[in-house]
Order: sequence, then C-alpha cells, then structure tokens
Amino acid sequence: MNLEFLLLSGLKVIGVFALVMPMIAYSVMAERKISAWIQDRIGPNRVGPQGMLQPLADGIKFLLKEDFTPGHVRKAYFWLAPAIAMVPAFLTMAVIPFGSAIGNQKMVIADLNIGILYTFGIVSLGVYGIVLAGYASNSKYSFLGGIRSSAQMISYEIAMGLAVIPVFMLVGDLNLSKVIEYQSNHGWLILYAPFSFVIFLVSSFAETNRLPFDMPESETELVAGYHTEYSSMKFALFFMGEYANMISASAMMVTLFFGGWTLPWFSEPALANQWLMGALHIGVFITKMLAFMVVFIWARWMLPRFRYDQLMDLGWRRFLPFALFNVLAYAAWLWMRS
Amino acid sequence: MQDIAFYIFAALTLICGFLVVFNPLTRNPVTSAMFLVLTIISMAGLFVLLHAFFLAAVQILVYAGAVLVVFVFVIMLLDLKEEERRKINFIGVGLALLSVASIFYIFVARVISKSELAQKTAIATVEGDTKSIGFLLFKEYLLPFEVLSLLLLVAVVGVILLSKKDLK
Repeated sequence: MNLEFLLLSGLKVIGVFALVMPMIAYSVMAERKISAWIQDRIGPNRVGPQGMLQPLADGIKFLLKEDFTPGHVRKAYFWLAPAIAMVPAFLTMAVIPFGSAIGNQKMVIADLNIGILYTFGIVSLGVYGIVLAGYASNSKYSFLGGIRSSAQMISYEIAMGLAVIPVFMLVGDLNLSKVIEYQSNHGWLILYAPFSFVIFLVSSFAETNRLPFDMPESETELVAGYHTEYSSMKFALFFMGEYANMISASAMMVTLFFGGWTLPWFSEPALANQWLMGALHIGVFITKMLAFMVVFIWARWMLPRFRYDQLMDLGWRRFLPFALFNVLAYAAWLWMRS
Repeated sequence: MQDIAFYIFAALTLICGFLVVFNPLTRNPVTSAMFLVLTIISMAGLFVLLHAFFLAAVQILVYAGAVLVVFVFVIMLLDLKEEERRKINFIGVGLALLSVASIFYIFVARVISKSELAQKTAIATVEGDTKSIGFLLFKEYLLPFEVLSLLLLVAVVGVILLSKKDLK
C-alpha cells in the first residue's frame, strides 16, 4: 500500500470517471438522435453545430430547475435513493479491464481475482436505489414501480448469473483480465458460449430497466414509475444512473464475450514502451462498447414493451431452466474433453 | 492502514447492527432492514481485510443483494403503521439478551480461548480464494454441503406449498 500505488489508482479512477461522465451525456444525445432517425424526425439540432452541445444545455437545465420535494414523501430515503441508484453503476467499472497496459500500468482499476463476483455483488445492490425511491415517494405509482423493479431485477440477476457460469468454466478463472487473456489465445468467447451471450444480453436489458423491459417506469401504466415524484437534479441522477448502468453492462458484454480490448489479429498486450499501442487498445475497447450502446438504444425504439407476467414468465420459466441446462451441457462437455 | 480500516468496519458493523434492533429515532422496519444491509456490507469489508474476497463478494451478493431485497420487498407491502405503534415486548428483549450472551460465551470460552484452533483459522484465511473454497466444499465437505442444499430445497418446496392455496 505505497504512495505510488495510491496515486496511480486514483489517477485511473479519475480517468475512468472523466471518460464515463461525458459518455453518459452523449449517450442521451445519441438516444435522441437515433430515435429521431428511426421515427423519421430530425432530432435535437439547435444547440451548437448539429445539436452537438445539447447535453450541455440539458445539464444546465437539470441544475437550474426547481428541486421540488413533495410534502408527502419520506425525506431521508427520498434524498438517499438517487445517490444509491447512481453509485453501483460506477462501482462495477472498477474491475473491467478497459485496455492492456500503458507504461507498466495494467489498464484496470482493481485487478480482483473474484472479478465477476464483485460485479454481480455490486449490481445486486443497484436495486436498492429504485426500491427506496418507490418507497420514499409514498405514492401508488412510484410504489408499484419500486415493487416491480425489485422483483424484475432479482429474477433476471439469477438468469444472468447462471448464464455466465459456462464462460468461467471454460476460462477456469474469475478474474476478468484472465478472461481476456483466454480470448486472445483461443478466440472470442461468443463463439464458445453463444447461448450464454443471448441470455446475458436479454437479462441486461431487464437489469438496466430498458425497453422492452422498462416495467418499473412504464409511462402508460405508472406515469413515470419510481421517479414520478422526482424533479431537477434528483431525477437527473436516476437518468444518469440508467445510462451508467448501460455503459457498464456494455463493458461487461465486451469483456466477457467480445474479447475486451483485443481484436483477432491485434491481441498482444502492449509493452512498457508502446504507449500508442496501449492507447489504441483502449480505443478498441471503447469502440466495441459504443456498438453495444447503440444496440441498447436501437432496441428501445424498435420493440414494444412486454407485459409484466410475460417478463416474469420469460425470466423464470424460460431463461432459468435453459441457463441451468447450458451449465450442465458445458460441464459434461468439459468433463468429456479432460 | 489495515488496522484503521478494521476499526472502521468493525465499528460500522456494531453500530449498524445495534441500530437494526434498537433505533431511537424511528421504529420503521424498512429503516431496520436498511441498517441490516449496511451491517452486512461492513462485514464484507472485514472479510476483505482477512483476504477472504470470495466470502466478501458472496456475502454482498447473497445477503445484501438478494435476501434483504426480498425482506424490504415484503416489509414494504405490510401495514407498517401498526408495527410502529406496537409496544416493546420485554420478554422478547430478555430472551434476545440471554441468547446473545450465550452465543458470546460460546465464542469466548470455547472457540477463541483454544489457541490451537485460532492458529488453524489463521492459516485458512491465507488461502481463502475461490479455488480452495471450491475444493473444500466439493471434495472434503461434499456430504454436509449437499445436505445443506437439500435443506434449502425443502424450504423452497414448503414455501411453494404454503403459497399455493388450491393445490390440485
């Protein structure tokens, strides 16, 4: 625990944060632009060239609007909930290897040997933000949203957790850096575990409360669900939390199934003196991640919302048995091979 | 550095644990449940300090992330006003104190004071990673582990039986 370690870790934390925050802002922008293209509209194009400064205007608007706290809410939880919704999304990024190395430093904030378990632990805490928001708002719509989200997120966490087990059975290690090492030697894991990827992708839509699984805030039924009573910056925190969750889910999918910072012909980790190479690896990772962000956004404007019972049916009666069978099949295959 | 972290986590565990059962400000069960979440998270911190990362992660994943979410879920659906009005049950408090005292006695008198055992656990923490836990669970303690999971299965079946009123 020396000073150099603290300093470099701090630098990496700030670096990731400084990268993710604008990414959130511009994901919102991308969401509006892409939705406009899909629906044959123009989209935001007034602020700055091609509307590129729209996120800035949005941010200022969120900060300057009146922060209204309704009289019937439970104050302490009402204030706490948006922060709890925001924090876990950022914490999950700590274990994701977003590049090979720059200088002597591995490009991951914390190279934990339990990598994926840490991620799932933190992700499972994310539900508290929404549940508490629903409870604190003390109104029917918010409450129903909170209840729905807790049931939904627990259900899909199980499917998600079971889905990735084959990946780690193949790799033989929980550390995410090792997962990437395996992929650079043997090829991307999507080729070995396509079913895991499908379950993981669908579950991550449910975990991030995105359409077609945005039951906790479905406007046609619940006004705005768990954040009905929120305004101004508190609402913005929920909003940013959702996009931060999407970013970390995309990063997880890139890391687990699409080779992280590697490309099939470009998978050697950068040496100590190859700074440019290290930067390129980070670029590859971010490009892949942005591709998944586009998938998230695209799906939102193409698919209608599921019914709640359909969602639960899909999670418990389809994905759970299928994921279990998947684990069993890979176990049998690995046992036969060894 | 590690000592300071230990004292912070230990104090947090104790304070939050105390606030779960006795909170002078509110008798809201949701608050109790949230303090239980904090207790579990700070206990996970203690596990991390022991280098038992696997246990720490599973502690958060299973207890804070799943069991207590269900707790909060159920508590929120109950009529909390009635619960808040209820008087403190002194027999219950007495029984609770008695059981805590006896558990404390067992720990101090039977476990910690036996130095050979203390040494053994000290060795075990060093290799507390996922692989060694897996080997221990599925090789050495396979039967107890399977019996435990059977117990959980029985509980699950029981819950389904109770919740389905008209079973055909």
